Amino acid sequence: MNGGPEPPSGDRPARNPGLQAERTRLAWRRTALALTVIMVLTVRLAFTGPRAGDVVGASAAGVAVLGWGAALAVCRRRVTGTGPLPGQGRALPLVALATVGFALLGTLLAASGLG
Amino acid sequence: MWQAIRRWFDPRELRSVGRTPDYRFSLANERTFLAWLRTGLALVAGGLAAAQFLPPLPLAHLREVIAVALLLLGGTVAVRAVDHWARTERAIRLGEELPASRFPALLALAVGLGALLLVAAVLIRALGGP
Repeated sequence: MNGGPEPPSGDRPARNPGLQAERTRLAWRRTALALTVIMVLTVRLAFTGPRAGDVVGASAAGVAVLGWGAALAVCRRRVTGTGPLPGQGRALPLVALATVGFALLGTLLAASGLG
Repeated sequence: MWQAIRRWFDPRELRSVGRTPDYRFSLANERTFLAWLRTGLALVAGGLAAAQFLPPLPLAHLREVIAVALLLLGGTVAVRAVDHWARTERAIRLGEELPASRFPALLALAVGLGALLLVAAVLIRALGGP
């Protein structure tokens, strides 16, 4: 998880690819942190909100923890290694999907209070 | 629409057009996407917090309406973030103009309007209450 600058090679002007990769890694870590906050809030809502103590609340909490684990694995895989980052693959749409999933899960839990 | 969604999830499709850009542009595009995603996550967190930390409001179900509105807005921001990222990546590869978007202005208006409405609700309650 350490993106130090590469030594300049040959007679090419020294650029600083490390900083670019480092900034991108930090952006991913902030995103992972935000996902963790969301997971904690979702689990809390599942156990204290309108669905507390029923099977929907418990399943929502389980789905939240599983989704959080999967999203963090995606974040981690994206930024593993040193130097320039590898290709983006599917990491970006997958974390967006996780965000939409949390939005829908939260809507399910919060809207249960309307009944 | 399904084609667009498939395109988001298929990295080969994105790489099939144009030329591979300077990777710094790709990374900057990725960081912009992540910043938007965190904006969406912040809205989702606001909705989750409203649902469990606000006391029941005098207007029936206002708390749930605020929570659901914030949650759905957060989900919309996330979907739009990945769409904008894919279109920007494509434009960079093809050397075209970056896609213009009204979305930031609309989001700012929606958040501002929502805040004004809540300020009005608080004031009405504070001045008109017992």
